[in-house]
Amino acid sequence: MKCLRVDNLSLELGGSLILSGISATLNRGEMVGLIGPNGAGKSSLLRSILGLVKINNGSIIVDDTDINALSLKQRARKMAYAAQGAPVYWPLTVEHIIGLGRMPHLNPWQKIRPSDRDIINDAMIKTDCTHLKGRSVMTLSGGERARVLLARVLATKAPYVMADEPVAALDPAHQLGVMNILKELASSDCGVLVVMHDLSLAARYCDRIILLNEGKMIGQDKPDIMLNDDNLADVFSVRASRWKDQGEDFIITRQIETGI
Amino acid sequence: MNKYLFRNILLVLALIVVSIASLLIGRTEIDVITVLKALFGVADEPINLIIQELRLPRVLLGILIGAALGISGAALQGVLRNPLADPGVIGVSASAALGAVIAIHLGLQLIWSLFIPLFAMGGALVATFILLYVSMRESSVLTLILVGIGISSLAMAGVSLVMNIAPSPMSIRDMIMWMLGSLENRTMTDLMLATPFILFGWIMMINVGQGLNALSVGEETAQTMGINVTMLKLRIVVGSAISVGAAVAACGSIGFIGLVVPHMVRGMITNNPGDVLLPSAIMGGLLLTLADLATRIPTSGATLQLGVVTSLIGAPAFLFIVYNTRKSMR
Repeated sequence: MKCLRVDNLSLELGGSLILSGISATLNRGEMVGLIGPNGAGKSSLLRSILGLVKINNGSIIVDDTDINALSLKQRARKMAYAAQGAPVYWPLTVEHIIGLGRMPHLNPWQKIRPSDRDIINDAMIKTDCTHLKGRSVMTLSGGERARVLLARVLATKAPYVMADEPVAALDPAHQLGVMNILKELASSDCGVLVVMHDLSLAARYCDRIILLNEGKMIGQDKPDIMLNDDNLADVFSVRASRWKDQGEDFIITRQIETGI
Repeated sequence: MNKYLFRNILLVLALIVVSIASLLIGRTEIDVITVLKALFGVADEPINLIIQELRLPRVLLGILIGAALGISGAALQGVLRNPLADPGVIGVSASAALGAVIAIHLGLQLIWSLFIPLFAMGGALVATFILLYVSMRESSVLTLILVGIGISSLAMAGVSLVMNIAPSPMSIRDMIMWMLGSLENRTMTDLMLATPFILFGWIMMINVGQGLNALSVGEETAQTMGINVTMLKLRIVVGSAISVGAAVAACGSIGFIGLVVPHMVRGMITNNPGDVLLPSAIMGGLLLTLADLATRIPTSGATLQLGVVTSLIGAPAFLFIVYNTRKSMR
């Protein structure tokens, strides 16, 4: 089956062990939340999968091919990355930024083709950016900018997408907007791995959760199993209050009274 | 026809007009027809010589060096993602200057006039190797800038030292005049010396445009878009170091062209860092040829040095552009 597989991955940075013995899978068509406290190694895991850092042990297999056997360009066609915060350095137009998503499919001299244009337009429709296309990214609000950068990721048409805290720093409506875009992306046979901190959003949107703590994987399973009271207490040192609304789970966290 | 191509063609036309003007203006008055004839060697004898041996190399060298500075400035600003970057920031200009003042200090130009450019090129190459070593070690953009500043300061310290121990005031004057930059009295030999290095630099930077576009959304993201960022940095830093080194060797330190030209292009043509390169080359050639024309404005006493003119025009132009684009650059 076509999937992205991580086998027994270990990563050391500057002499300290950041990740050890991680084995996980990301199937096409599913949205998986990567959850864990700050410093658990979530971003490092994403960056390892994308080949941005050299792993010390283990392997990363995309659709039955080890990523070491793929060129940078071939990797770029398989996996797209929505980086955290995602800066833009020049006052470029929205359309140009989204068009960058087609780069893995073009030769160094090649310009955007009509077929690429269709894909870019489609990405703009899906992220509701069409009306922004002539604007400079410097003039956009945080929410608009997040959608534009997501549209760039969509335009790659990569079968696997890694998103690092895509909803951090967004207002509630934009958070839902971004999660909906990612969910729709997953439903179009794409594997989406998303780092997030909002447990309720994770529980509602993700098909599975990979829970990390101190560089080790606690497990990967359905949200209601992974986000159980014991795990939340062990990993985050929090106590959860839960309720259901229209069949969806909501989790509110409280500090555990240590009794000291 | 698309706008980008059209505006580039306009720039080329402007460059041709200014180049012809530059061939026309000089101590001997020669009309257009005679100048064009002389280019093909079919005018009268002293005129052929004046145009082909004196004025033509000066114009060609001006275009070549302006283009080298413009394109290097644009590429460095793109790769360092910093609108303040210019060829000086990587320390090559200062190292070339150090080489040149050492040659002047030793009086080598009296033995062979090409010793100055050769020593300058040597200085530039030393800086280039340091930069190459640093860029091969996957250094961050900030490290590159800091190393450049370090090289630059060290080379300037060396220049001060050489001036400090200079044997005579005349020799100091020669050093200062060289550093102020000039295209005067340059021959085809100077052109032949600079061309291979500048071309080599350009070849290293060929097709970096796409990578620069990718870098505008960040280094790691660019890598996930299939761009080898370490290689891109190396090619641009080394490519511009070699071509700027050759440019400084041929005509001294020319300030502000590399800094201002990409900003002018952004204002007039495009903000896409990859598409800024080509028009920056043309605009650089145009601006330097214009500045060289300005040095020929008759003044009482000393002739203006080229670097003085480029800085006098460049700095106000830079302030004007920065003020105008303050809202779009954040």
